[in-house]
Amino acid sequence: MWRRPFPWFIVAAALLYALYPYFADDVGLRESLLLAAVYIILASNLNLMIGYAGYVNFGNIVFFGLGGYVCLYLVTALQWNVIPAALVAGVAVSALALLFGFGILRLRGAFFALATIGVNQAIQQLVVNFEPWGGATGIYLSLDSYGSLGGPMQALWTTYLLIVAVTAASLLASYAIRNSKFGLGLLAIGQNEDAASVLGVPTPLYKAMVYSASAFLPAVAGGLYFFKSGIIEPTSAFNLQTSIEAIVMVMLGGSGTILGPALGAFLYEELRGFLLTAQSFSQFQLVIAGALLLLIVQFVPGGLLGWLHQHWPKTRRWLE
Amino acid sequence: MKKTLYLLAASMLFAASPAFAQETITIGFTASQTGALNNDSTAQMRGIELWRDDVNAKGGIKVGGKSYTVKLVSYDDESQNTRVQQLYTRLITQDKAQFLISPYSSGLVATAAIISEQYGKVMITTGGALEKTYQLGNKNLFQLYTGSSQYLAGALQALKEKNPTPHVAFVYEDDPFSKSVVAAVRETAKKQGDVIAADESYAGSTTDFSPVINKMIAAKADALLGGGHYADGATLARQLHEQKAGVKWITLLVAPDSPKFAELGDAAVGISVPSQWEPEAAYKPDFGPTVAQFTKEFTDKYKIGPAYHAAGGYAAGLILQHAMEKAGSIEPAKVAAELNAMDVTTFFGRTKFSNDPKSHGLQIAHDMVLAQWQKKDGKLVKEVIWPKAAKTADPLY
Amino acid sequence: MIGILASVIDGILIGAVYGLAAMGLTLIWGVMNVINLAHGAIVVIGMFVLYTVANMLGLHPYGAVPLMIVFGFVVGIALYWIGVHRMIGRPELMSLLSTFALNMVLIGLGTAWWTTSPYNVQVSMPGVSWRGYTFTGTHITAAALAVVIAGLLYLLLYHTRIGKAVRAVATNREAAELCGIPTTQVLAMAFGLGVALAGVSGTLIATMFPFTVLSGEAYQLKSFVVTVLGGLGNPAGALMGGIALGLIEGLATPFMPLSWIPIVEFGLFVFCLIAFPRGIFSFTKA
Repeated sequence: MWRRPFPWFIVAAALLYALYPYFADDVGLRESLLLAAVYIILASNLNLMIGYAGYVNFGNIVFFGLGGYVCLYLVTALQWNVIPAALVAGVAVSALALLFGFGILRLRGAFFALATIGVNQAIQQLVVNFEPWGGATGIYLSLDSYGSLGGPMQALWTTYLLIVAVTAASLLASYAIRNSKFGLGLLAIGQNEDAASVLGVPTPLYKAMVYSASAFLPAVAGGLYFFKSGIIEPTSAFNLQTSIEAIVMVMLGGSGTILGPALGAFLYEELRGFLLTAQSFSQFQLVIAGALLLLIVQFVPGGLLGWLHQHWPKTRRWLE
Repeated sequence: MKKTLYLLAASMLFAASPAFAQETITIGFTASQTGALNNDSTAQMRGIELWRDDVNAKGGIKVGGKSYTVKLVSYDDESQNTRVQQLYTRLITQDKAQFLISPYSSGLVATAAIISEQYGKVMITTGGALEKTYQLGNKNLFQLYTGSSQYLAGALQALKEKNPTPHVAFVYEDDPFSKSVVAAVRETAKKQGDVIAADESYAGSTTDFSPVINKMIAAKADALLGGGHYADGATLARQLHEQKAGVKWITLLVAPDSPKFAELGDAAVGISVPSQWEPEAAYKPDFGPTVAQFTKEFTDKYKIGPAYHAAGGYAAGLILQHAMEKAGSIEPAKVAAELNAMDVTTFFGRTKFSNDPKSHGLQIAHDMVLAQWQKKDGKLVKEVIWPKAAKTADPLY
Repeated sequence: MIGILASVIDGILIGAVYGLAAMGLTLIWGVMNVINLAHGAIVVIGMFVLYTVANMLGLHPYGAVPLMIVFGFVVGIALYWIGVHRMIGRPELMSLLSTFALNMVLIGLGTAWWTTSPYNVQVSMPGVSWRGYTFTGTHITAAALAVVIAGLLYLLLYHTRIGKAVRAVATNREAAELCGIPTTQVLAMAFGLGVALAGVSGTLIATMFPFTVLSGEAYQLKSFVVTVLGGLGNPAGALMGGIALGLIEGLATPFMPLSWIPIVEFGLFVFCLIAFPRGIFSFTKA
């Protein structure tokens, strides 16, 4: 895969994204880029389920939230450093997802979508009642936890760089999976699951694997993000609206492509950030997002990239 | 040489200019203008804005020969943690706020505190009683409110005077503030051997309290201590009345202190609330307006009486101003040092911050009262019923 | 014991309203295989209609009920043409996203107009007291109205020509078209009907509890649980499912902390989806 130009393009873009605000020492820029990066991670991992396997995971935020909780718990209760904690969170959540996956992936289409919502809500409620994780209050980071990374200011930069690294990893993973036998099997499942099964694709295994794979990086990102925020509590960790916004981002950019979800996430987040503080418009954020989604779903279901590919076929080669 | 001479001359000119050199000082905060916390947060914001108007009308904050006009930058945090995070980051990094005031409600204060501490900014917190926030190793937080562990202490004492053997029900919102308040009073009740008939927490968004009220009736509870914030507190009070729960003593947090609570009519009679401040308070301020002056100004401007949330907002600005004026500087380190050393009385009461690094900023000198809604000449009024030294009426039971 | 009984009765009363809400969802699902993710937003519309009627126009609160049914029907038809028509027959994901987009637009407009602050409509009805427990008048009236409206729906579906057309299109759209039924219009009307049911359930809920623009989400989730319990496309099952959910909540409350109840609900939900995809009360469609 490293012999093709595309992965290098991703790496270069990521380096630029990471280092520009760092050398410009622009904290405001860093904050908004960080949020966009988190959404890119959510969207491109969600794309593995929606765009490749054709399963809509409405409750995808549960991976992000659980990852955050596991990581913060390891940092506060067991005094771990955040980097191994986030990685362990990723492994733990994707292992859990593998287990769950075998169960709920027996459902198809809308049933699966609804079940994922049920899973998210159930886990949110379990966490609310789970005192070792702070219950409804959540976990608060004490300020010396940042000491291991050299103090709060340095820690904020370090987590930013790490999150951008995870973003690059998400895109590269998307690319790698797409060009592998696993990916081919997933695309076949997305087209026609029964036919794929008959033709020898091990569908239950592949589905569980992609569900688990789509959990890993969001969980790591969740650990890093909530570490940076210093606080995690059930309502914001398992926010269903964010979960569904991730779906909008995937559709906006073009599901099934690699850059599509990233583009969709970036554009959507910039729009949101703008609307957040433009006093007269802040309430219209949702209306605009909804109207956008409505138009895309009805008229341009391939999203931005799909539209580009249709009108300028040359872009298919280098803008995947 | 000539250049240095010019610079010297220019700087001397500036230093010698009269105290009319108007600069601004930017203070940032968020308020929950929409969302579940809007009622009391808006009151708090009004208090802050009233302070700004008063200060600027007198020429601004006078620091070291200069006058600084107060400029407030605020956003609507929609009662949400994620918004608080994004907006305080924005206040610091883009709006270049020099000092911060907290949002309203302990949960949001905790979130804002992380951001303010990460960037090393001084933040006066008001509207947040949760003590845990100050035990996480902060350097620049300063709490105005009395801590949550004190909230229901007076209520339990007042209750025991009327009924030495109550069946107490703890029904409270599942949020950091309410949980810590109840945790403290539960400890006390257990030590005293009081009967705890029910102990239930509910999600803040709950609108149907009939399950928990039925549980209370089944347990034959005759006293209720709990609640949360305005929305759920008001609904709980209303439904207790509708279901004729037969609870003789009800103390709810926060909600009954707002003047809006009177809209509940008969459902409000007899309900008591732990309060950080009441218009009947008899504090003699070292500086700033008196209790009567503040109450009149607020009522004249906003056509509604001030509850303690509004008073806390005003006091936040006032204390910050005093610290800057006494320190003779607007440098955060100097202002923080002055705040650490402070022990003053304003219309809001006595204010002194803990310097212990393990609980820096915790409020250690402010007192609370218990107020109760009673009917006087057919109208609903709030009377102070505890402690005895401050009371304006006897408790209803 | 009496406490448990009181809790159960209260649960059943609320359950009837849950059932009414779910009937709208399940009707649309059964007739055109579209899961209406704007369901919550419509419940909210119903709530604010009550607010407008009772607090702003000063009319009798229960007068909002027939008003909402008509209004909901019209709004439903409009929503059908805006967001649902082109999605019929396409993969399920598309209609899920389309209705979700409608949800976002509606909630966004609602937030812009009403903000997310709490609203309350004070409705006083005499309650029934029994052995120290009081069942509030609003709960009883809401449950009664829910059952009445469900009954009206039954009459509509099984004793009118329009109802027959709806059932025909639900069974086999092509065959119905061949029989001369204008299926597109029937689909629009069915959607309108579903929306009317969801909306009026919101109106009834608002007579009992305070609400915000965001309250609909909780009821949408409950409606999903009820729909799965009662079987998709089965309005009678939805009412039963609603009452069943209310019953479960009522039975569970005396025995566990309140914060555990949603876990029970969602656990049940996922379990039913996996084990009973046709619903527990799977009556065949007549």
